[in-house]
Amino acid sequence: MNFLAITMEELPSVFMRLGEGMLTTFQIFFLTFVLSLPLGLIVAFGRMSKNAIIRNITKLYISVMRGTPLMLQIIVVFFGPNLIFGLSVSTNYRLPATIIAFVINYAAYFAEIYRGGIESMEKGQYEAADILGFSKSQTFIRIILPQVIKRVLPSITNEAITLVKDTSLAFTISVTEMFTAAERIAAAETSMVPYAVAAVFYYVFNYAVAFAMERIEKSFNYYKS
Amino acid sequence: MSILEIKHLTKSFGENEVLKDINMTVNRGQVVSVIGPSGSGKSTLLRCATTLEKADGGEISYDGITMIKDGKYADKNAMKKIKQKFGLVFQSFNLFPHMSILRNITEAPVCVLGMKKEQAEKEAMELLEKMGLGDKADSYPFQLSGGQQQRVSIARALAMHPDVLFFDEPTSALDPELTGEILKVIRELAEEKMTMVIVTHEIVFAREVSDYVVFMDNGYIVEEGDAHKVINNPQSDRLQLFLSKFNQ
Repeated sequence: MNFLAITMEELPSVFMRLGEGMLTTFQIFFLTFVLSLPLGLIVAFGRMSKNAIIRNITKLYISVMRGTPLMLQIIVVFFGPNLIFGLSVSTNYRLPATIIAFVINYAAYFAEIYRGGIESMEKGQYEAADILGFSKSQTFIRIILPQVIKRVLPSITNEAITLVKDTSLAFTISVTEMFTAAERIAAAETSMVPYAVAAVFYYVFNYAVAFAMERIEKSFNYYKS
Repeated sequence: MSILEIKHLTKSFGENEVLKDINMTVNRGQVVSVIGPSGSGKSTLLRCATTLEKADGGEISYDGITMIKDGKYADKNAMKKIKQKFGLVFQSFNLFPHMSILRNITEAPVCVLGMKKEQAEKEAMELLEKMGLGDKADSYPFQLSGGQQQRVSIARALAMHPDVLFFDEPTSALDPELTGEILKVIRELAEEKMTMVIVTHEIVFAREVSDYVVFMDNGYIVEEGDAHKVINNPQSDRLQLFLSKFNQ
């Protein structure tokens, strides 16, 4: 009873103090998502390029991004300019560094998802478009891409959900997103409550993401391939 | 007046010589059927004629415009012009699944030919009515039977006003009871003097609908001529053997 009473007392203030962290978490998620989705498509083109140099560079990039921890990538992007090039870095760089690291990391995953979707397209779709006289870019934009989007949406949803939880890795370079904020309060007040609030926040956030993605997937249900 | 002229056409896939010295002329208003066993090269011939495969050597010209000569293709602009001379109906339809039936037909006239949307839709509706699918304009391909999808794909090809329409085994992916509706459409087009080249397994239909039959085997045209003569009275052993399998 005592524990519960304290908890109920604490909740509003914990919530208030976590508010800013929530906003930062949302910012990392949103910017990463909207920037890495188009960048991933460009990377996918590089990965499928007929030019061997472009293709191999892209392949190496994807391999490094997927083969090393995101936490390490965040550290490299944040400390790299100073430690490698001797540039002075302001503390304002923390959030941009986080977003850069997230975007280049997630673009690599999205690129492979797009590639899978593009390569799953039947040859007949390209041939039909070719015979009808569509140019290469018309074929891609009007015929291939809309079908690819439908096919990759479930995988994109998966990545989006992982991304919500990955935002907590910004903790590594002390960006005060949700998790960092919760950790600070928890340490200062020796309480589990901030963590519990954080857990609920991540869960609700992901629930909303899954719900939104499901709506988008449903909007493509008007046809079957 | 010839619309399509093919001379000494050759094509190999690696070591495998699929087309060996093919010569063929298609005249305006003519219906030509190409028959032959699997692997005879008939589909490859059609794919070379429609630029889906690159020929290795020989000559192809449409309406006097050279598409390929001695293995060299015309420049981009000429190719664009040539591509508007022909249409192709695929064995597996290849409709665009994410577009309505109407848009499947209007998309190319609008985007490629620059036709006004209203005009393209008017023409598409006329074509759909002709195919007996006037009520399917707002449907999507997955909602249609195979035979209906194939009729849409014929309408889609016709919407581009091709001079010659190719068919690549248009009934092979269909249940036997659905092939009739496709053959009926082709027969009607033949009556309207549409120039057509049909790769087909339907020997009886080929004899009935076409003016001219080409029999291919092993990369060569073995026998050709008037449809009734060639099919009723084959001269070569190879064609006699091939046709005997259909008469059992």
